[in-house]
Amino acid sequence: MDNMLDIRNLTIHYEVESGTVHAVEGLNLTLGRGESLGFVGETGAGKTTTALGIMRLIPNPPGKIKSGEIIFDGENLLDKSEAEMRKIRGEKIAMIFQDPMTSLNPVMTVDKQIAEMISLHKKVTKSEALKLAGDMLELVGIRRERMHDYPHQFSGGMKQRVVIAIALACDPELLIADEPTTALDVTIQAQVLELMKELKQKFSASMILITHDLGIVAEICDKVAIMYAGRVVEYADKRSLYSHPIHPYTRGLFRSVPDIDEDVDELPVIPGLMPDPVNLPSGCAFHPRCSMATEECAKVRPEMQEAEPGHFAACPFCVKKFMNGEAL
Amino acid sequence: MSEKEIIPELVRKRRSPFVDVMMRLAKSPLAMFGLAIIFVLVFCAIFAELISPYSPIKQDLMHMFETPSAEHWLGTDEFGRDILSRLIYGARVSLQVGFIAVGIALVTGGMLGAVSGYYSGKLDNIIMRVMDVLLSIPQTLLAIAIVAALGPSLMNLMIAVGISAVPTYARIVRGSVLSIRSMEFIEAARAAGSSDLRIILKHIIPNSMAPIIVQSTLGVASAILNAAGLSFIGLGIQPPNPEWGAMLSGGRQYIRDYPHMTLYPGLAIMLTILALNFLGDGLRDALDPKLKR
Repeated sequence: MDNMLDIRNLTIHYEVESGTVHAVEGLNLTLGRGESLGFVGETGAGKTTTALGIMRLIPNPPGKIKSGEIIFDGENLLDKSEAEMRKIRGEKIAMIFQDPMTSLNPVMTVDKQIAEMISLHKKVTKSEALKLAGDMLELVGIRRERMHDYPHQFSGGMKQRVVIAIALACDPELLIADEPTTALDVTIQAQVLELMKELKQKFSASMILITHDLGIVAEICDKVAIMYAGRVVEYADKRSLYSHPIHPYTRGLFRSVPDIDEDVDELPVIPGLMPDPVNLPSGCAFHPRCSMATEECAKVRPEMQEAEPGHFAACPFCVKKFMNGEAL
Repeated sequence: MSEKEIIPELVRKRRSPFVDVMMRLAKSPLAMFGLAIIFVLVFCAIFAELISPYSPIKQDLMHMFETPSAEHWLGTDEFGRDILSRLIYGARVSLQVGFIAVGIALVTGGMLGAVSGYYSGKLDNIIMRVMDVLLSIPQTLLAIAIVAALGPSLMNLMIAVGISAVPTYARIVRGSVLSIRSMEFIEAARAAGSSDLRIILKHIIPNSMAPIIVQSTLGVASAILNAAGLSFIGLGIQPPNPEWGAMLSGGRQYIRDYPHMTLYPGLAIMLTILALNFLGDGLRDALDPKLKR
């Protein structure tokens, strides 16, 4: 298959005073052209670090990409010089940030901010760039007359539209959206997601959507990667993951989502907390919280195994059970 | 058809932050009072030759120590020089010293602060520790030392006052660069492929203007006061050139008999400082994003 993005064995550490934070540990991931991948995990699982790693924007110090490869369009991004990366950022890979309130420059009108992106990567005159900026604003559903307004004159949802317009201004191949709807209320969330879905198709871009909302993933993604403590623990297409999750962590996540048909007083939760990324548990990082853990789990780090075509999970025990047709 | 209909709306909505701030500033009577006084001073400084009734250095020994009268509105000094004329010319020196000294401090301190804020780490540590050393010496004392080393003249006075204020600006600029550097839109700009220089010039500096503008306004006041102080002790402008501090110093021995000689230069200094402080306070309020309505 034609993979546009192939992350192999990516390890990113933050060296801080209290020790080494294992933000991303041996992460493997592939993304095909035009696909959208949902990247799900708790806060601190390493989702944003992975995204910044792809952009090579990990703050250094303290962050450092220790090892691995990020193959984008057949080239390893980790071998690129800073100047080459600057060309890729924005033009080939664009990013949408979490909080639209702070991701726009407060003292610049929005048309200039979109035009800046355009003139950084395309050979156009200033007035052409501004005209294109106006086109982009219309595309995301903001009236052209408002292009000379400052960010504070827009509402949160509209600001996020502006941010999307900036991200798509150069027609990127890959769009990384880091929790694009977390800071918005639910109705606006739906609108913004609808817009992203629509534009993604229009621009035929691939997308990585970082979120901790399984509902959003169900709505727009083709594939899902569940991340826990710096590793992908389960990777599958949306349908098979939602119909039969395999990894105990994924199943725990699904159990904690309220079911509209069921009448329960208390939702089941996964006991315990995310492990301290400075000293991760030995073996499977999830074993201290896992109800099925054996002694083996504390010793051997589980590898990803294919349970059915295209469905991988990092729990040999559950994969075996699943393949034998036993209930999980 | 739509082109023409849209344009009036565009014009109405287009309100730059500058206009915004000016409109908020206009609401503060004290700031407007300060601004008015400063305009009067600037006017005096520019057109001193035209508006001053006498030459500021021409001696008239027939009219020494005269109290205010119709001929000499603010009286004359020990050499019969017209005090009003000297004050008007003195405004020129004071404003020059105030603005140029702040300019020196702002450019030097601002650059040092921006560099050390943006590229933190070792460089930041070295620059800021040197600034701390300078800051530990009282500003006036530092200025005295520099003038004493360079010799008294108008230029050296400005350099001395300017250098002694550098650490203040370095710290302010560094502080605001640090706070803005960690904002998400800087990361977004980086993710869009902007270079460091572009980020500093287009995103960081425009966003850190507010505290710099306020500090500069207040800084002009303290520079004028500093310069007057240096002139008072004889290290600034040399006689017979008119300067408010030097006039105070000259009139000091006659204060019991002819208080008008010290009163008016003192009032001039006080009014100028007061006006600049009012304006600075007003600007601080006008530029404060928390007060935006």
